[in-house]
This record gives sequence, C-alpha cells and structure tokens, in this order.
Amino acid sequence: MDETEIRRLAVGHVLSVLAVLFSLCVPPLLFDHFSVLGTHLTWLCFCSVCVIAVNLLLLLTLKPNPSTKRSSLSNKVNKLYRSCLYFLASCLLFHGIIVLYGAPLVESVGETFFFAVLLSSFTTSRCLCILGPNFHAWVRVFSKDGAMSVWDHSLQITTICSVVGAWLGAFPIPLDWDRPWQVWPISCSLGASFGYAISLLLAPFWIYWNRKQLTYKRR
Amino acid sequence: MKRAPVLLFLAWLSILFYSGIWLFMSGFLLMRIELNNQSLCSQPPDPGLLSSTQQKTTSCWFPHRFNKAVIVIIDALKYDFAKYDPANTNPKPYENKLEVIHQLIQSQPRHARLYPFRADPPTTTMQRIKGVTTGSLPTFVDVGSNFASYAIQEDNLIHQMVQNGKRVVFMGDDTWDGLFPKKFYKSYFFSSFNVKDLHMVDDGILQHLYPTVDGGDWDVVIAHFLGVDHCGHKHGPDHPETAKKLTQMNQMISSLIEHLDDNTLLVVAGDHGMTDTGDHGGDSEKEVTAALFLYSKAPLFSKQLLEDPEAVPQVNLVPSLALLLGIPIPYSNLGALISDLFWWSEDGDDISALLTKTSAYQINTQQVARYLSSYSQAAGDLSADKLRLLHDLSSSSMAEYKQLMSEWDQNALSEAEMEERLTQLVQKMQVYLSQARHVCMESWARFHPLRMIFGSLILFMSCVVSYIVAEAGLSMKVSYRSLLGYPVFISLLLTVVLGLGTWMSFVDMDLVSLCALVTIISQLSFLYIFRLRKYAQKRWWSRPTSLLVSGSCIVLFFRCCTLFSDSFVVAEGKAAQFFLASLLLVTVAKLHWDGRLTLPTFTPLGSESLKPSLTPGYKKDGSRLLLLLAALGLCIRLSSFFHNCREETPECHPSAFLTPLSSVQDPELKNFSYICCVLCLGVIIYLIRKWLQHYGNLNSSSPLVLYVRWGFPLIALGISCFWALSSGTEDTFARLRELTHLALVAFPRAIYVFAGMGILLTLWKPMTVYMKQNQDSSADNTVTTFGGVPGSQAELQHVIPQIYRKMQRTLKNRLQHSREGEEGKKGAALEAYGLGSVYSAAMVIILSLLTLVLIMLHSERMTPAFLLLLLEALVILQIHGHVSNLYWAPDDSDLFCVPWYAVIAWALAATQSFYYTGHQPVFPAIHWNSAFVGFQDGHTNNIIPALLVAANTFCSNILFSAGSCLLLLWPFLCESPTGRRKRGKRETREGESEDEDMPLMEMRLRENPDCFSVALLQLGTKYLFIQGVQVLSQLII
Ligand SMILES: [Zn+2]
Ligand SMILES: [Zn+2]
Repeated sequence: MDETEIRRLAVGHVLSVLAVLFSLCVPPLLFDHFSVLGTHLTWLCFCSVCVIAVNLLLLLTLKPNPSTKRSSLSNKVNKLYRSCLYFLASCLLFHGIIVLYGAPLVESVGETFFFAVLLSSFTTSRCLCILGPNFHAWVRVFSKDGAMSVWDHSLQITTICSVVGAWLGAFPIPLDWDRPWQVWPISCSLGASFGYAISLLLAPFWIYWNRKQLTYKRR
Repeated sequence: MKRAPVLLFLAWLSILFYSGIWLFMSGFLLMRIELNNQSLCSQPPDPGLLSSTQQKTTSCWFPHRFNKAVIVIIDALKYDFAKYDPANTNPKPYENKLEVIHQLIQSQPRHARLYPFRADPPTTTMQRIKGVTTGSLPTFVDVGSNFASYAIQEDNLIHQMVQNGKRVVFMGDDTWDGLFPKKFYKSYFFSSFNVKDLHMVDDGILQHLYPTVDGGDWDVVIAHFLGVDHCGHKHGPDHPETAKKLTQMNQMISSLIEHLDDNTLLVVAGDHGMTDTGDHGGDSEKEVTAALFLYSKAPLFSKQLLEDPEAVPQVNLVPSLALLLGIPIPYSNLGALISDLFWWSEDGDDISALLTKTSAYQINTQQVARYLSSYSQAAGDLSADKLRLLHDLSSSSMAEYKQLMSEWDQNALSEAEMEERLTQLVQKMQVYLSQARHVCMESWARFHPLRMIFGSLILFMSCVVSYIVAEAGLSMKVSYRSLLGYPVFISLLLTVVLGLGTWMSFVDMDLVSLCALVTIISQLSFLYIFRLRKYAQKRWWSRPTSLLVSGSCIVLFFRCCTLFSDSFVVAEGKAAQFFLASLLLVTVAKLHWDGRLTLPTFTPLGSESLKPSLTPGYKKDGSRLLLLLAALGLCIRLSSFFHNCREETPECHPSAFLTPLSSVQDPELKNFSYICCVLCLGVIIYLIRKWLQHYGNLNSSSPLVLYVRWGFPLIALGISCFWALSSGTEDTFARLRELTHLALVAFPRAIYVFAGMGILLTLWKPMTVYMKQNQDSSADNTVTTFGGVPGSQAELQHVIPQIYRKMQRTLKNRLQHSREGEEGKKGAALEAYGLGSVYSAAMVIILSLLTLVLIMLHSERMTPAFLLLLLEALVILQIHGHVSNLYWAPDDSDLFCVPWYAVIAWALAATQSFYYTGHQPVFPAIHWNSAFVGFQDGHTNNIIPALLVAANTFCSNILFSAGSCLLLLWPFLCESPTGRRKRGKRETREGESEDEDMPLMEMRLRENPDCFSVALLQLGTKYLFIQGVQVLSQLII
C-alpha cells in the first residue's frame, strides 16, 4: 500500500508540474502580446488559477485526506467558505511579509499582491486541499515529526522549496545587468515556480528513498 | 579567571585585526597630504630671479604673454574625437567631427596645435578638475584640512587668477561651484545631476558664452560643456547622438574663434576620455587620453613642429597657463611647462627666445623644488633617497643657470655656445620635472600588492584565531593567560629586538613590515601553543552551538558573497535588512520545527489515538515571538525611510529627513517636525526609564540613579533647546543673535560634558541596586532577587522559600565584597531591587547616554531613526532571549554561550542601521555638519572634528558594538518569573513544597564568574570574527 500511495502521489505531482508548464507555454501560443516577462501580471494570475485548479482536481480524484466523518452538504459549504477565507488571509499575510522584506510599498502594489497570490496557490492551496481548513493540522505538519502520510511529507517539501525559491529569486534584483527578468517580482515568482516544480518532481523520489524511516513514523 | 585577561585578549585580537586592515590600507588607499601654502606674487620660488624679470608690474614671476584666456572644457573629449583624418572616407559617428580644429592647424600652424592630453587616474570629472587647476595628482583620499566642504583648499589656478585681479567668469557644470565657492566674478551654473539630459547644460552655456565674450567684462572665461560626456553615458560613443553633439561643439568652437581678439588664448580641453561603452573613472588607455587644443590669433608657436606632437600630461597645463597669463604658479603644482609655448621674445631672435624659455623653466623647477621640500617636511611618504637626488639636480641646475646668466651678461660666451648650453640646461630641467612627477606618482598612485596580500593574510589569520577561541570557548577554561601571554611576550620581544636593530642600523626595516612581521609571529605562536596544549579535548566543532552546523552560517556565507558584487555593495543596506529578517524568521521557524513552541503534552510521535484533529497546545512564547517578528519587520521597513543615496544611483532620492530643520521653508512643517523630533526624544528617554523602572533599578538614591532620574530629562531638554536655536531663523535682533550664538556653542558642549560625566559615573559606581534594610522583621520579610516594582513585591513574598534567602545573602556578601561598600552586612534580611539586572542596567545607561550624544550629532529629523534603531535592537534582544530560554535549561552551561545566529543578527542590524541612519560608505555622503556641533566657529585642530565626524558616521556600529554585551545578558533578563525549575538546587531544599522558583536572572552570572568571563570572551570573539569575515571578504574583491 505504501508503494501505491507513493505512485498516486507521483501522479498528482506530475499533474501539478504540468499545470505550471501549461501556464508557461500555452498562453503565448493562444494569445498575441502575451509573454511571461512582458505581461507578467497576467501570467501570475493565470499560473495561480492553473495551479489551484489542478489542486482541486487532485483533491476530488485522489482524495489525499480521507476523512472518516460523513460530511453533510452544509458541512461542505462551511468548509469551502472557510477555505476561501483562509486563502484570502494567506494572500494578505504573504503580501505583508513581502512588503516587510523590502518590496515597494505603493508602486507596483498589484504585482506584489499577485505574487503573494501565486505563493499562496503554491503553498496554502495545497495545504487546504490536503489538510483542509484546519489550522492546527497545518501547524502540526510543519514541525519535525509532524508528518503522518506521504502527502504530508510532500506538502512539507513543496512548501519549503517554493518559499526558498522565492527567497533565492530576490538575489538577482540588485544586480546591474539590466535584464528584463530582474524587474520586481519576475525573478522571485520565477524562482518560486521553479522551486515548486523541482520539489514536486523530487518529492516522490525522496519519499521513496526514505520510505523505511517514514513508515516507522506513521505506524 | 579574571576580567583583565579577557579584556586583554579581546584587545589583542582587535589589535591583530587593526594591524591587518592598516597594512592592507597602506597598500591600497592612496593618500596624500594637502598643503595649504599659497604662492604669492611677491614671493617667487627663487628670489634671485626677480631682478631680471620684474620690470613689468602687471605680471608676477614672469612677463605675461596673454591678457585674457577662454578655457573651454568639453567633458570626456577623447583625443579620437578631436583628431581629424582626411583619408578616412567612412568615419564612425565620433570621428572627423571637429573639423574646425583640423582647418586651423592646417591654415595657421603657428597659431593652433592639438595635443593628446593625458589624464592621471582616477578619471572622474571632479578629480580631473582638481588636477587641472591645482597641478597636483589627486588620489583617492586627499587629506584636507577642512572637513566641511568639497572646496579645493590647495593653491590652484582659479585662486591665483582671482588673487591677481583677474575677473573669472564661469559657465557650465555646477561641480565647479562646490570646488571653488564664491571665487567667480560671474557664474552661470547648470546642474550636472541628470546624466540622461544631453542638452540642458550645453544650451545654457551657449546662451551666455558669446554675449559674455563680446561684453569684455572678463579676463578669463571658463566654459564646461557636459553634453558629450552625458551622451557617452547614455548612448556610448558609437551613436549618432554623439555625432550630433560633436558637430555642435565644432560649431561652437568655430564661432567662438570669431569672437576672440589678438590678446586672448583659447584652450579647448577634455577632462578625460571614455571607454567604448561611454564610461570613465579607471586608468585604461581610452579613458586617460583626452584632447587639448590651443589657439590664439597671435602666433603662439615657434616654427612648424613635428607632425604628431607628443602627449601632454594634464598637470602641465597648470604652470603653462599660469606663466602665460602672468600669475604665480600654484604652490602644489607638479606639472612641467609645455615647451612649445615658451618661445617668444621682444627682440624676436632665437637666442632671446631660448632665454625666455630657460627662465620659464627655471621658475617652474624652483617652484616644484620648493613644493617638494615643504611636502617632505609635512609628510614622510616620499622616499628620502630620491628626494635627495632630486634636490641635487635642482640646485645644480640653479647654479648652472646663474653662472650662465652672469657669463652671458659679461659677454663671455658666443651665441652658439650659449644656445647649446641653454638647450642642455632646459633638457636637464625637463628631466628634473618629469622625475619629480614620477617620484610623487610612485608613492601616491601605486598599489602595493605585497602589503595588500599580507594585510589580507593577517586578517584571515585573525579570523581563524577568533573563530577557534569562539568555538573552543568553554572547553578551554584552563587559562587564557598562558595562551595570551606567550604570543604577546614573543611579539614584544621581537619588536624590541628589531626596533633596537633598526635603531642601531643592523637591519633595515620600515614600520609597516615590522608591524606585519610582529603580528604574524604573534598569531603563529598562538596557534602553535594552542595546538601544543590540546585544549580542545572534545571535538568542539561538532557541538550544537558551533557555527558550521548551525543554519546561520548559510546566511553569513550569503552575506559575505554579496559583498563580492559591486551592485550588492550599492544595495548593501537593503541586503542586510533582507538577511536580518530572513535569519530571525528562520530561527523562529526552526524553533517551531523542533517542537519547542508546543507544550510538552502534545507529542506528535503519538499513537493512533492522536488524530490530526487533536489540538496541540502552545506556549505563550509562540504568539509573542510572532508579534516580535512583526515588530522587527515593521521597524526595519520604517527605518528605510531614513536612507541616503550614493551618486551612482541617480534614480534614488535621499530621504527628506536628512536635511536639517533650519533649511525647511514652510514654518508649519518646521514646527510640526520639531515637535515630532522632540516627542521621539521624549519617547526614547521614557522607554529607557520605564525599562529601568521595570527591573527595579530606579529605586535607590545612589548618584547614578539620581543622574538617570534627573540628568536624562535634562539632557533631552538641552538637546531640544539646541535644536530650537539652531533651526531658528536668522533675522532676529542683533543682541539676541549674539546670545543665540553663545547658546549654540554652550548647549552641545554642556551636553558633551554632562554625558561624559554620566559615563564616568557609570564606570565608577555601576550599582543601581536598591537595598532596603529591615532589621526588625527579618523573620518574615524576605529577600528577592526579582526586580519588580515595589508594588508587585507583596504578592511574591509568601512564596519565597527560606533557602533562597540564605543563598541570596551569601550572594550579597560576595557582591559587597567586590563592589563598593554598602550597608547591611549585618546579616539582616534585605530587600534588593534591581539585583537581577545589575549588569544590563549599567550597560543600558551607558548606551542611552551614547545614543543621546549621537542623536545630537545628527540632523534633528533623524531622531525617529534612532528611536527605530533602539526598538530594533530591543526586539532582536527579546527574540534572542525567548529563543534561548526555549532551547536551554536554565542551569545549562550553554546558556552562557551566545549562539551564532544572535551575533550574526546583531552584526547585520549594525550594518542595516548604518545605512538607515542616513549614511553611505562614500565620501560625499559623510555628514560634515556634525563637526560643527558645539564648535560653530570652526576648529583650531583636526582631532575634535575628526572625532565628531567619525562618531556621526559610525554611530550605529558604535552603539551595536557597545551593546553586544547585552546579547549575553538578555536571556537571563527574559527568564520568566514562574515555571522554571532548577534541578541543582532542589536537592538541598529543606522541605518546602513550593515548586515556584525565583528567577535568579543575572545573579546567575555572578554565581559563575568563570563562565561569565569565558562567555564574554566568546561573545567578543564571535562578534570580532563576524566583522572580520565581512571585512576580509570586502577586501578580497
Ligand atoms: Zn568628466
Ligand atoms: Zn561622465
């Protein structure tokens, strides 16, 4: 069952990577005047939407978080409502953190916000899909021995990698190369997407590699 | 182990660092002392010369050739731009554009000449203007006498012109305004600020140039065009815009010539060249080769000379212009005459023309000789041997000249013989002049790679030493004395031996290499002894507190890497802010990751029963830490409003807060900001007092406490009065003005003295502990170390077990033993307030005094930045305190070891607040105004202003270094009064059932003096290590 679970995870991850690739490659073919660098704001929205859509799809098909409770419709609606609220809150939180890290306050506020949305869709939306709007579960997952399933582990890895990718993406900004991708927040969002994609690809392998220790923990 | 060895050890380490830096700097920073001497018309370098040439009253030193001059400086006019090649049929945009120069040379070879004009690096406009007016070789650092302005203090052409009654009219680049303030008879300045604007300056000059020249109300016109340079920066030379700009210059020159008369010299010069990308500043061939074009309507040159004239060093223009215009050569000039120009005479024959030339050269030689002798008296950086050789050369040529003249007067020589000997003499003097320039260039403008290598080597070794000591820390408790003693002893011995050797001239060593040798030997002997003793039995590098295994080394690594890139150095303030936030965020995240924030009841490793739905419990610290992080972010973000700008980033606008209040026009805004600043000052004082009160350090009546209570508000009052006065308007009554002036001097000085007294007082009697004696009720009145306000004492009294009272008493006895006598050694029960924060209270008092003085040195409106700085430091300390208390048990020896992340964060905060108190590590950003706080009328010596400016510039570094002790102390302060258990003491309890425990806070340090000393040493070495690594990586680039 361990192997099958990991296989399911890998499939889900490949789908998620495809979503990012899709947002990178397809729109330039469909629309004129679209480029990731030129119309970055549009791309940010588009990529976020793709990633969230795939996450929802995975939630519905793979069911990473089998809940024992029989959930009624009102329960579901309540959950959906709370998830939306959480997502919005996380966007605002990310925005605040990014500004505190030195992003411009007034100018390019739209870019900053949609970058926050992108980060949220990489991190929070996956949390919401896998763990549900349960804040305590989130806090549990992000501690040393908190992960209880392969999904939790993949969540740990992807979230950390996305954030670190965004962090590393900030480094080229002050360089004086005058490249178009050095403009805020292009390098950061690209870094985050790159970190996200890489971690999605590597997480199954890592989990497979360490499956001995991990099963021990879950028992 | 006592304090003294620790302090000595730290001092030894800092000496190592300083000598490394000094060695490096002596190889890298090119320094030159500026002399203030001025050439005077009545004092020619050689008084003997006067008699023959002083017939004309209108000129000095030498009969003038021209009455007037028009000097046109075209910024970045490269020689390639100016030369004209008729054979070139397919010219690039910058080629063959200055046609008029070519035509003039062809049609009037005796009137016009084009030279390559060699600039000395650094080829920036300002340094070139300095070079081409003073005749000296500007280096990166000219140690001037005046701290307050950029004005050229050395003797220069403009000064000499003005001094000798020439009316100088200037138009163009406003850099000249800063360099020569109030020197010009008339001036039209245009801002050179906007590099992207190609036409504003040039059009402005062209508007005024011809009317001025036609008006006749001038003797010298200087026009500095910037268009070509800006065009190069914006488009590069190979661009049609450059062609347009050069064509415009061509038109300008040709129509300017039509406006000149016979008695005017026209000089067209470029201040430097440009690279293929249009930049300049370095020493590449393309940057240093500018163009010089000389023209006059009267014949200027002797005969048709060689096709390609040789390159003229830029400084050579200075003596040539001076003698042609009949003014004294500037005192510090090192240039030689342009020999083609000095070929004229009233008789018109060759021999008298040669005599003119010889006497001009003679004046030039004597002037340079005079300068070299005064310079070598003022500074010792020119080699004595070479100076002696030069001196011999100049005096022999002088003697020869005199002899020749007397023989010529007696008609003892034939014309041909005379001509030959004069030519030889001129050649000799030319050799002298070029050699003199060479010697100076060698010592001022050349790096010493060996010194730089040794400097970085010493720095590296110092880093290694401090790292070893910092990491080995507690495990090498034995004695630092022997570890320190031998290296110091050996190096001292070596110094004495070598010093004696040098003195008795057995060995030949200069100071620098002596210092390097001694430093290296002492480091090596330290390392050797360290290895020999094997202090580190256990592998200290694998301990959890080690740098290598902690994540913070990544941040340090990144930080050092960013110093390698120029653009990161420009953005260093932002980078430091970014790293600081990341480091603390990661620290807190790791705390959570390690499960330190959750209550022990929650175990994630639990069984099946533990469902995700189970809510884990949290310690209060979690939310508190998040709040602190948010506060830190906010502080950092807000403080970035107080930044300053470098010249390189034109899109950056310096903070409006940097301008002093007195230059704010709007009275309402002025009042408002004044009130804000005073409020900030008040808040700072209030916070400090509140803090001291919270820890109970404000209860006693010792002089220090009284000082804090009454002195601090007094200082604040003084500062606000000073601000009010200095920002006031000028137009008050005359009597009041005098009073104001007096007050402006008196207030800051009083504050200096008062704050100094406070610091001395703190050092003398640092105790702020209040002890209440209760003789009669010793049985139930208790002792507590908890320094709360007296009100909170009551509720704590009943829980205090007997044992701690005893322990406290012994502690107290020990305390009294070492410190000044206090009453109460009778064994009576005591109440002591503020005992828990004795050390930090003293530290805080010293720091706040320093802060207050530093605030006064800054512009008034920077006060909020200081408030933010203090808050930031407080937040970092709080985070550090919480984190340490969460990680370590109270009696663990690790508590005495300040973790690396905290020290790195502290150093980053120091860097970050350096930038965000309005500083930049470039010379134009230094706040020279601070040198005049309290010394309105200037200074008699250089020491006080240098101190004040240094204090202003390094304010954040001073504060953070002084405050670094707090990193060690703070975790003890943060100990929460409840919930802490001490295993060690519990065994000795006498049956009390209280689980509650009074926090010992800083008394713990008193309990383990050894640990304390070692911890201090470790902290110091860590801080030094981090600073050292940063300096090292900065030097390596
Ligand atoms: Zn220039
Ligand atoms: Zn320039």
